[in-house]
Amino acid sequence: MSLDRVMGEGFFTTTIDALTKWGRSNAVWPMPMGLACCAIEMMAFAGPKYDAARFGSEVFRFSPRQSDVMIVAGWCTYKMSHAIRRVWDQMPDPKWCIAMGACASTGGMHRCYGVVQGVDNFLPVDAYISGCPPRPESVINAIMKIQDKIKEEQSLKLDS
Amino acid sequence: MDATIKEAILQKVRDRLGNDLHLVYEEYAYPLLRINQEVLHDTCRFFKEELHFSYLNDVFATDRFTSEDRFEVIYHLISLREQQRFFLKVYVDEENPVLPTVTDLWNSANWNEREVYDMFGIRFDGHPDLRRIFLPEDFKYFPLRKEFPLLGVPGSIELPSSTPDHD
Repeated sequence: MSLDRVMGEGFFTTTIDALTKWGRSNAVWPMPMGLACCAIEMMAFAGPKYDAARFGSEVFRFSPRQSDVMIVAGWCTYKMSHAIRRVWDQMPDPKWCIAMGACASTGGMHRCYGVVQGVDNFLPVDAYISGCPPRPESVINAIMKIQDKIKEEQSLKLDS
Repeated sequence: MDATIKEAILQKVRDRLGNDLHLVYEEYAYPLLRINQEVLHDTCRFFKEELHFSYLNDVFATDRFTSEDRFEVIYHLISLREQQRFFLKVYVDEENPVLPTVTDLWNSANWNEREVYDMFGIRFDGHPDLRRIFLPEDFKYFPLRKEFPLLGVPGSIELPSSTPDHD
């Protein structure tokens, strides 16, 4: 089947909304916030074996201005939380957040006075990854969950 | 660990300190000496300058949770030339937890003593920069004391505000 049959004269119609969501969901650039051992698994997720490029998420951006999803990997202390929140506030909307591993989700085994018992105390977390440490497949799964979330929401205001 | 060198050093310390040496534990691989608080700085100087313990590996404290001599501060000394490790221990009282600093002998004591101050509230007289090292400057408690709750005091450390800057 030639492309001409589908594309006609080289045009096709869609909605702006669908096009925006398609573009956004297939280019979710992570902002790595590697705080502990989970960061190593996050690197493996970006590496050649797991190939995050299949999901358009291979571009780890070390500048908050260019990233879409923050992956908080590792336990977060009260002192570090202010820096994380600052980076999060510098990220442009729309943005998403993944709490990676038991420590970022709930405090994990670090049940003590210095560690924030879950980064959702000060960040709006969209996806939690269980495990200690989670395998890179779990991070891929979380990225896919974020993609699903992007595809389900409205990216543009609908006419009422 | 050459036992004869260890014995020679121990004998020198015994001769030097006399009654100021309270206890010598030798059950462990390395000798642990509990000495009088008043002679701490002199003993450290003696260890460094005459016994060639040029490396202070660690300074740490424990909370014994007793009514008298509540804290103990332990100095971990290493002689690279003799290949010996010695531990010096002093008791510190709860009412006035002050010790002389050893930063003038070993620079490595600087951060270690700051850590002991941060966690136990034991102050070091003559320390060049006695500030908290791990916890925020305005933190009011000493977390490694036994009465401090495991999960801390709620609200004692601030979390960042989670309200966005714009409406």
